[in-house]
Amino acid sequence: MSTAFYTIQIMNGLSLAMLLFLIASGLSVIFGLMRIVNLAHGSFYLLGGYIGLTTLAHTDNFWLAILAAAVAVAVVGMLLQRLLLQKVEGNELGQVLMSFGVLLVISDFCLWYWGGLPRTLSRPEFLDGSMRINALVFPKYRLALILTGFVVALLIWLVIERTKIGAIIRAGVDDGEMVRGIGIDIRMVFLIVFGVGAALAGAAGVLGGAMLGIYPGADFEVLLQAFAVVVIGGLGSLRGAFVGSLLIGFSDTIGKALMPELAMFTVFVPMVAMLVIRPEGLFGRA
Amino acid sequence: MHRTAAATRPYLIPAASLVVLAIMSVLGWQLSSYATGLLVDCLIFAVLALGLNLVLGYTGLPSLGHAAFFGVGAYAAALMALAVTNNFWLSAAAAVGASLMLGAVYGYLALRTSGVYFLIITLALGQITWGVAYSWRSVTGGSDGLRGIERPDLGFGLSLESTAGYYFLALAAAAACLLLMTLIVRSPFGQALRGIHLNADRMAALGYNVWLYKFLAFIISAGFSGFAGVLFVYYKGFISPEAVGIAVSAEITLMVILGGAGTLLGPFIGAFVVVFLSHVISGYTARWMMLLGSLYILVMLFAPKGIMSLLTSRPGGKRAP
Repeated sequence: MSTAFYTIQIMNGLSLAMLLFLIASGLSVIFGLMRIVNLAHGSFYLLGGYIGLTTLAHTDNFWLAILAAAVAVAVVGMLLQRLLLQKVEGNELGQVLMSFGVLLVISDFCLWYWGGLPRTLSRPEFLDGSMRINALVFPKYRLALILTGFVVALLIWLVIERTKIGAIIRAGVDDGEMVRGIGIDIRMVFLIVFGVGAALAGAAGVLGGAMLGIYPGADFEVLLQAFAVVVIGGLGSLRGAFVGSLLIGFSDTIGKALMPELAMFTVFVPMVAMLVIRPEGLFGRA
Repeated sequence: MHRTAAATRPYLIPAASLVVLAIMSVLGWQLSSYATGLLVDCLIFAVLALGLNLVLGYTGLPSLGHAAFFGVGAYAAALMALAVTNNFWLSAAAAVGASLMLGAVYGYLALRTSGVYFLIITLALGQITWGVAYSWRSVTGGSDGLRGIERPDLGFGLSLESTAGYYFLALAAAAACLLLMTLIVRSPFGQALRGIHLNADRMAALGYNVWLYKFLAFIISAGFSGFAGVLFVYYKGFISPEAVGIAVSAEITLMVILGGAGTLLGPFIGAFVVVFLSHVISGYTARWMMLLGSLYILVMLFAPKGIMSLLTSRPGGKRAP
């Protein structure tokens, strides 16, 4: 196969990986901190994509669409955490089923409000088309998405490693009881983390919607991919979410390109294999 | 409390069960074919939920992939019916056998994990099964599924062609499954499962092979779910990947929790409530999914221990003597 084929596969793999990272990072830190398996995390993506679509239709401004999606979805996420999930704290199956109920409600709401046809968000003009370097073609939007992913990863890493709230989050993942014990209002931290995680997934909905489109069922698709990422990287580990995103992004892209008939298994088989061999994931703690 | 009532009046529960069975049989003659069909659906999902309840309710293993066994049972019975024989017993035996085997494989894999990882791995295994049903076109028919499965031959001249006829098969099968499950959970094996649910370390210290008990419970549970798949596929006449997906796995989990996990009748109550609501409400509105989602939320908020516990414990009141 030609160099061009590989270049485009690498671009596709990397851009999917960065999109997944935006979703999985929140999912992972939320689990690490609150032990919540939040199936509604995929709904944040879907809702973000559709809110972006509506904002674009009214303002024609891509950046405003990202902002609107992030803010609105953050509010939804924080309400979900405070009003619902917190009420079943400690009941893992209860949280899973409750968040599955939220997933159904939001997906049906989106179907009702935005209809069942796949929609594509229009990109900013300067990111349309592609760049040519020698014989190789790089789609501009995917390049920008990859760059964005790396910048966001760096920012999250800086916040977690270098700020006070980051220190509280790290401490909370290690030992939540102790954090409460020294008088930190961990419920406030829970709320903030949930909100930021939801905002990232909502923004990812806009970014992903402009690349892959937004359609009923996208919530569940990205949720399962993000779960595979988190399981492989290790529940609660940000570094794991990054490495896991790269692994799943590439295995999914290359698997679909080389063996399209096995497309269904590129996500779940690595996930099950990891759970069987090392349930805590690459970077998680048992 | 349940048990004291059963101990002081040992004939109460069997007698009550017979009365319910008799009433249900009479209903089969009296009701319209729509209502009978609804009851058949309820009974099939009750058997499926009954199977899940053995692991979820009694052993404390929250499986989110049980639709896989339902699906494998249904696909196996469909393939038997289409390619081999119309004999119900042979198909059922093959289908239950296939579910037991799949249960052994998935159980072996899933039991390497525990807690929340068990939830996630069973979900992933369920999705792999869905992926196989969807992708393996030459055997499963892909997204179209398998169609044209005729009502089976029971071998003693009973016709199952009418909904009422099939209703009696489903009723007898559900009653038999309930009886079998009662025997299992009352046996020393079932007692050990409950012990493991309450305190696995202690059971291990007492010399029980905790892993083996969980493994066997998982396999048996898969067998019940596979049998429900057999009842389903002969009733509907078709099977598609939809029946294998996470939506079904989550719905039967909801049934078990809503009815009362770890109780014998809970799965029946939960299945009847959810199936009944879905039929009735989806007749009035296209927004059934939104209401189903709300049902999940409401059950987890207000009845996380299920209807059975609301019936048997009266807050503020005195315990029954």
